Amino acid sequence: MYPILEAESIAPDVRRIVIEAPKIAKKHRAGQFVIVRVTPEGERIPLTIAESDAEAGSITLFVQAIGRTTRLMSELEAEDCLVDVAGPLGRASEINRYDGAAVVVGGGVGTAIAYPIACALAAKGNRVVAIIGGRTREYVLLENELRDHGIEVIPCTDDGSYGRKGFVTEALADVVADEEVGVVFTIGPVPMMSAVADVTRPGAIETIASLNPIMVDGTGMCGGCRVEVGGETKFACVDGPEFDAHEVNFRLLQRRNTSYRAFESRQLSSLESLDHEHHEQLLAPVRGACARRAMS
Amino acid sequence: MIKVSRRALLKLDRIDMPARDPLERATCFDEVNIGLTPEEATVEAMRCLQCKTPTCIDGCPVNIQIDQFIDRVAVGDIRGAADVIRMDSLLPAICGRVCPQEAQCEGACVLDKKHKPIAIGHLERYVADTIRNYGLEPPVEPVEPSGKSVAIVGSGPAGLACAADLAKSGHRVRVFEALHKPGGVLIYGIPEFRLPKSIVQSEIDGLKELGVEFEMNAIIGRTITMEELLTEEGFDAVFVGVGAGLPRFLNIEGENLIGVYSANEFLTRVNLMGAFHENTETPILDLTGKRVVVFGGGNTAMDSARTPLRLGAGEVRVAYRRTEAEMPARVEEIHHAKEEGIVFDFLVSPLELLGNDEGWLTGVRFQRMELGEPDDSGRRRPIPIEGDVFDLDADVAIVAIGNSPNPLLPATEPHLKQTRWGTLEVDETTGRTTMRGVFAGGDITTGGATVILAMGAGRVAAASINEYLETGVWSETPEPALT
Repeated sequence: MYPILEAESIAPDVRRIVIEAPKIAKKHRAGQFVIVRVTPEGERIPLTIAESDAEAGSITLFVQAIGRTTRLMSELEAEDCLVDVAGPLGRASEINRYDGAAVVVGGGVGTAIAYPIACALAAKGNRVVAIIGGRTREYVLLENELRDHGIEVIPCTDDGSYGRKGFVTEALADVVADEEVGVVFTIGPVPMMSAVADVTRPGAIETIASLNPIMVDGTGMCGGCRVEVGGETKFACVDGPEFDAHEVNFRLLQRRNTSYRAFESRQLSSLESLDHEHHEQLLAPVRGACARRAMS
Repeated sequence: MIKVSRRALLKLDRIDMPARDPLERATCFDEVNIGLTPEEATVEAMRCLQCKTPTCIDGCPVNIQIDQFIDRVAVGDIRGAADVIRMDSLLPAICGRVCPQEAQCEGACVLDKKHKPIAIGHLERYVADTIRNYGLEPPVEPVEPSGKSVAIVGSGPAGLACAADLAKSGHRVRVFEALHKPGGVLIYGIPEFRLPKSIVQSEIDGLKELGVEFEMNAIIGRTITMEELLTEEGFDAVFVGVGAGLPRFLNIEGENLIGVYSANEFLTRVNLMGAFHENTETPILDLTGKRVVVFGGGNTAMDSARTPLRLGAGEVRVAYRRTEAEMPARVEEIHHAKEEGIVFDFLVSPLELLGNDEGWLTGVRFQRMELGEPDDSGRRRPIPIEGDVFDLDADVAIVAIGNSPNPLLPATEPHLKQTRWGTLEVDETTGRTTMRGVFAGGDITTGGATVILAMGAGRVAAASINEYLETGVWSETPEPALT
């Protein structure tokens, strides 16, 4: 059992969860992920580690409630537990010093995932620009935290309720036109990452995408996470999750991510049809498990 | 005891293993083989000729004293039989079920020539099950703690066997497992209907009683490095039994279509994650009425074919590029698969996987093959018959053509040298790797092999770990240079 130390909502359906996992915290580097199981019969899901504190022995995850498992996970509070957290998995981001600006493009909860990369790039002495998008103002995440690291932030919203109105790709096109850009990191929905790659392709600007395919074990054993990069099949869990965005077959990734759409929507609607009491029954094995553990 | 003439015994037929009705069992995950009754086991054991120089023992990778344990079964001394087996094998309930007996002990039985060989595997299983079902395991004898500790990386058959021997020698033993449940391939790979998970669990419970500790979600190389196990974590030696866990693909067009699974992924979803339960939280493609094709001819291919039937598939075909005679699967699995209605297509090799506009698999383009000259494995090499190509409709394809060693651990530990096949370089007689204090065995050193060989390798390594812990002497071969 992995105790939850903090849990808070930072946007509608987006939770920030800090977990006690000292061994993972000690090893984590930006770009890596963990495999999480929420309940004893639950599925394994990959979640990128947003932050780690080796001293406190904790890691931070951001979870968006989009399916059954992430919805249940979002209902957890401090002193509850996760049954399994395994990692850190995947290759760490390559953080270099660039001549031009380092631009990080994050969409929705992708911003949270891009956050440690942006900070690491800034710590390396790069000029970092973060273009962060959300449907509306409340989905623009971590703006202040990024600014605290000396990062220039360009918030964008689909409806113009905050920052620039329009897609992150439009803001990116302007940055690319205005100044020399050394590298672009992009993390978010597949169509967004694909569009970012299209913006930077003509100028051949190094662009790295963090991919989010379906996974089971996360250690190279199942091959469910295979993606096509430069015409070759790669396993995102061990060869990635970051790849050259100009070489990624995003269309294939998008398609493969819909493999279980019917199952997933059935799972979610069956969960949504349950009342509070049933939710609590599902979460009973992990609810307050941290406090119970401390007492025993 | 009644004296029976040898001639009379030779007239007896080999007892068939009672099995569930093929049509009934193909709808559920209950174990297919039911197990011998005491009467059946006794009669089968009596058929044994008790050869003066038993060839079966040579056929067994761990040299179980087969004639002796069968002699005990024949007189109804099951405890005695178990004692004999236990001297050489630690997982008889598992090996009795999954060993390729026809290529090992039973293949070496002298009766195999003119009659049918003794059902050694079924008798081994009978002994192990009887002991477990009646709680006849010998009590755990307390051992003097040695003050030494050993880390076991991987909780599959090699790791479990190694852990057992080391715990019995008084060492503190901790098993590290990357997944959330222990058992390795016994849990994620072999299906419930062939190896009930309760049996694996009881073996693991037995190890816990011996004092073996288990740490889940520990990916050595990531969560903890090999170096840290020997330094910060304070282990005196490490055994690596991480298996061959990287699925091979065909490298043909269309392999990333939706509906194409590696056997590892498909079986892991079903076995480890329980996707066969009605209320599963782990998704698997809906197989109801679907056409499934499996590529491969080994046990994993048989498991990958028989599992979809149990999930409601309409038709399951196994496509193998050689003929039935060359199939590496256990004879019993092929027999069971046929009984259950699996269709076998021999001498065919997939050329391309066909899909629709939405990226879903719709079929397979096959090349017909014929057998040519024998290759390195001694099996006749399949060669394409030029121009003989055909298409087969399929909704789901499962690639079961073997696994390569997972590079995750060696990639994170430069002192562990690999062979050109990606396996770990080890001294075969001791299991020593190129890193001081680190031993290895099982599929990570041999490439994909069997449970019994992995178990045997785990025990060989345990013996040399014991020696190393006692003497502190590492190797007569030159020390690997520290970089």
